[in-house]
Amino acid sequence: MTSSNTPSQIVVVGNGMVGHHFVEQLHQALPSAKIIVLSGEPRLAYDRVHLSEYFSGKSAEELAMTTPELYDSWGVEHHCNAYVDNIDKAAKVVTTKSGETYSYDKLVLATGSYPFVPPIPGHDQEHCLVYRTIEDLEGIEASAKESKVGVVVGGGLLGLEAANALKEAGLETHVVEFAPQLMAVQLDEGGGRLLKNKIEDLGVKVHTSKATSEIVAGENCRFRMNFQGDDYLETDMILFSAGIRPSDQLARSFDLEIGERGGIVIDNQCKTSDPDIYAIGECALWQNRIFGLVAPGYTMARAAVSHLIGGDTEFEGADMSTKLKLLGVEVGSIGDSHAKTPGAQSYTYENQPQGIYKKIVVDEQSNTLLGAVLVGDSSEFDTLLQYSLNSIALPEFPETLILPSTEGAAPTLGADALPDSASICSCHNVTKGDIIATIDAGTTDFAGIKSCTKASTGCGGCTALLKNVVDAELEKRGVEVKKDICEHFAYSRQELFHLIKVNKIKTFDDLLAQYGKGLGCDICKPAVGSILASTWNDYILEKDHVSLQDTNDTYLGNMQKDGTYSIVPRMAGGEVKPEGLILIGEIARDYKLYTKVTGGQRIDLFGAKVNQLPEIWEKLIAGGFETGHAYAKALRTVKSCVGSTWCRYGVQDSVGAAIEVENRYKGLRAPHKMKMAVSGCTRECAEAQSKDVGIIATENGWNLYVCGNGGMKPRHADLFATDLDKETLIKYIDRFWMFYIRTADRLQRTATWMDNLEGGLDYLKDVIINDSLGIAEELEAQMQHVVDTYQCEWKTAVEDEKSRKRFRRFVNSELDDNSVVFVEERGQIRPATEAEKLSDINIIDATETSEA
Amino acid sequence: MSIEWHNVCGTDDLVINSGVCALLNGQQIAIFKVGTAPDAGIYAVDNFDPQGKAQVIYRGIIGSIGDKTVVASPLYKQHFDLASGECIESPDQKLQVWPVRVQGNSVQIGTGAN
Repeated sequence: MTSSNTPSQIVVVGNGMVGHHFVEQLHQALPSAKIIVLSGEPRLAYDRVHLSEYFSGKSAEELAMTTPELYDSWGVEHHCNAYVDNIDKAAKVVTTKSGETYSYDKLVLATGSYPFVPPIPGHDQEHCLVYRTIEDLEGIEASAKESKVGVVVGGGLLGLEAANALKEAGLETHVVEFAPQLMAVQLDEGGGRLLKNKIEDLGVKVHTSKATSEIVAGENCRFRMNFQGDDYLETDMILFSAGIRPSDQLARSFDLEIGERGGIVIDNQCKTSDPDIYAIGECALWQNRIFGLVAPGYTMARAAVSHLIGGDTEFEGADMSTKLKLLGVEVGSIGDSHAKTPGAQSYTYENQPQGIYKKIVVDEQSNTLLGAVLVGDSSEFDTLLQYSLNSIALPEFPETLILPSTEGAAPTLGADALPDSASICSCHNVTKGDIIATIDAGTTDFAGIKSCTKASTGCGGCTALLKNVVDAELEKRGVEVKKDICEHFAYSRQELFHLIKVNKIKTFDDLLAQYGKGLGCDICKPAVGSILASTWNDYILEKDHVSLQDTNDTYLGNMQKDGTYSIVPRMAGGEVKPEGLILIGEIARDYKLYTKVTGGQRIDLFGAKVNQLPEIWEKLIAGGFETGHAYAKALRTVKSCVGSTWCRYGVQDSVGAAIEVENRYKGLRAPHKMKMAVSGCTRECAEAQSKDVGIIATENGWNLYVCGNGGMKPRHADLFATDLDKETLIKYIDRFWMFYIRTADRLQRTATWMDNLEGGLDYLKDVIINDSLGIAEELEAQMQHVVDTYQCEWKTAVEDEKSRKRFRRFVNSELDDNSVVFVEERGQIRPATEAEKLSDINIIDATETSEA
Repeated sequence: MSIEWHNVCGTDDLVINSGVCALLNGQQIAIFKVGTAPDAGIYAVDNFDPQGKAQVIYRGIIGSIGDKTVVASPLYKQHFDLASGECIESPDQKLQVWPVRVQGNSVQIGTGAN
């Protein structure tokens, strides 16, 4: 095939990730190609790699990789539920189950694989399921609702993903593995053992070396799995994830060459034994190997496209290294992880208390890295992978690559050390050279480089490395990486902070006149308002500051979708007196507010109109409450468990400590919201390790954790210091918060902030504990100033006539805002939908409130 | 057509670089005061946010984009040009604007224009 003789009609059977990648690549390379996609599934391609996220709330639409509209716009003909069951190689025609025929010049089989279900007697019944498609997930979800206990058969990568799904669904979860260890393909014995311990700590029971002989009716559960020997396990549902098998039925039936153990045999161009038929992805067998990862599948797709258009890209095998998080445990595997290469030697580091296992495999002369296993901490993965892929000469003592760093000498491989051929993104096959070429062609922003090269848009695992390469290259070219906060100030937040402090600037107008241009905007105004508050701590609704605040800060409440506000009084440490609860209840009842308990151990009242806020707060303040700052980028709550005063396990008074720190830091403005928690013992019921600052009681004092968060990208906090007395604890937290407030970017939470500090956690420890910058005293003094000048903003607001005036709904009328409309749900109010507003049915009259 | 002027509030009811809301014949109108000049920089636009579908525009932050004076909706932060009412991010969304002037100590909004 030459480029002058490109095929006119290409039929692609299967629309998984690889099939879709083929279509995308071919369309780009040859827009005139006539492509017909036949998918046996009811929908077009979706992201199977992130399938488990379906259980954490991702919808089928969000997982989709293409849409019928997109294919239409490319001129790609597509049919779903079009299962091909006949190939006429001579006539070059395929036929679907429903009888449609499609003729082809070239046929591409991207039929993927199917889950292997061991032929155990009893496997073929309801609640015995597999984990492969969105439809499978729907089945699992339904089954989980009727089950208490779930078993995953198979302790490989997919099996553990599936176990996570069952655990998320609230089931008592077991993993049954035939081999003596988990993830036997990727991990060595030591890594497998540690992974098992960690996963069991998370509450998933692991049974290794177990062969199931039959599945029969259970006594306490739906099923009983009898193992060889006389062991058994009872469960309500079973999920088989014991490996994949290539979907090669078509090739088998129509005489294409098949491997001994399945798989359609292909050459380097991905051609099968029929020169007009290609096979790519998990259905294809190359040099007797099946590649069950997406990146090699993509490479095959590109090789097939290249051959079709007369190019010379070939498939030459693929690196099967993987890095992922399984049930929250970091796992990495590179190259020859089992040290099978003759003469291979290995170095192992195991830290049982922290649950970390690392091994590197090197060649006989200790010159190059052959493989690695990382469990519990995969932070060295990127560096190790580059050593192995590019055969970079190892340092004199290779073990330093995995040993914990001492005295800041952590050996990292800088972007400069990588050759241009180094593969940065293996999903889209982007090399460092490709990135350099893109920058040279004029694209100099990170997002632009991502969209030009597609790097880091697959699994996303290379984002940090890509950022390093881009930054290093830009720096080389003298391009300053712009951190301007917005068009009005050519300064980063940190620089603005510095300007305000050093020049003693007290108002936004002064700052704008001296250092900015234009009128400011909704980015810089609240940011500067926050810096002014952290630095001088004036009342935020003072004349000079009021116009800077986001609406939530201006009206000291959280604006909801209908323009009403929610009200959250502070309950330090989650402690509240009965009289307080009664008062809140009375207010909610009298003003007809929706009431909900928050995740931060306090109570949120929704549906208050702006003009009702001062009156409600007057009552709350009279009852001893203060503002909870739920509306502010500030300290939100300090969550606590009940601690040693009541709990029989507690070792310190966690509630007392939580109240003390909440009262110390309440009202402290910051680049983003800040959360804290205090647990009274290592059982950690307050979930302190998911907070920006977490405190956990020990027999000897307090352990301090920093930079954790929940939310979209949850992160566990890092242990910062151990067994502190109360005084030192407060001192460290003072310094930590103030250093964060001074140096973080706008809307940057503590975890990202620390990740962007050169030197990360160790550097932070150095600054906070060892005072390496000599600023500890200054940070403490600034914090003390903020603590000493605290005022309850609501108290100031209700006592000040001018401030109160701001809460008038209309400047010229006492009428109520009739655009706010509620309906009743579960005995409380909620905002009416647009349809409900139009229909006028069930609308609650919220204009009258009793004046209790 | 001639403009009919209505007193809606006093100049001291306005908040510098911020907004208030007036009710005129059942219509909610957001009035902004930009800068400190006594009788300049006053804008009147529809208070209804077409994207958030709520009467909230007067609670937005004032700013500038290039040489346009804008308000950012407090709900989804899209920007409206205060002079034309046009949404910068999606020009198909537009707020109605009214002429506004100061007479003595009164802020007046004009209806019946165009």
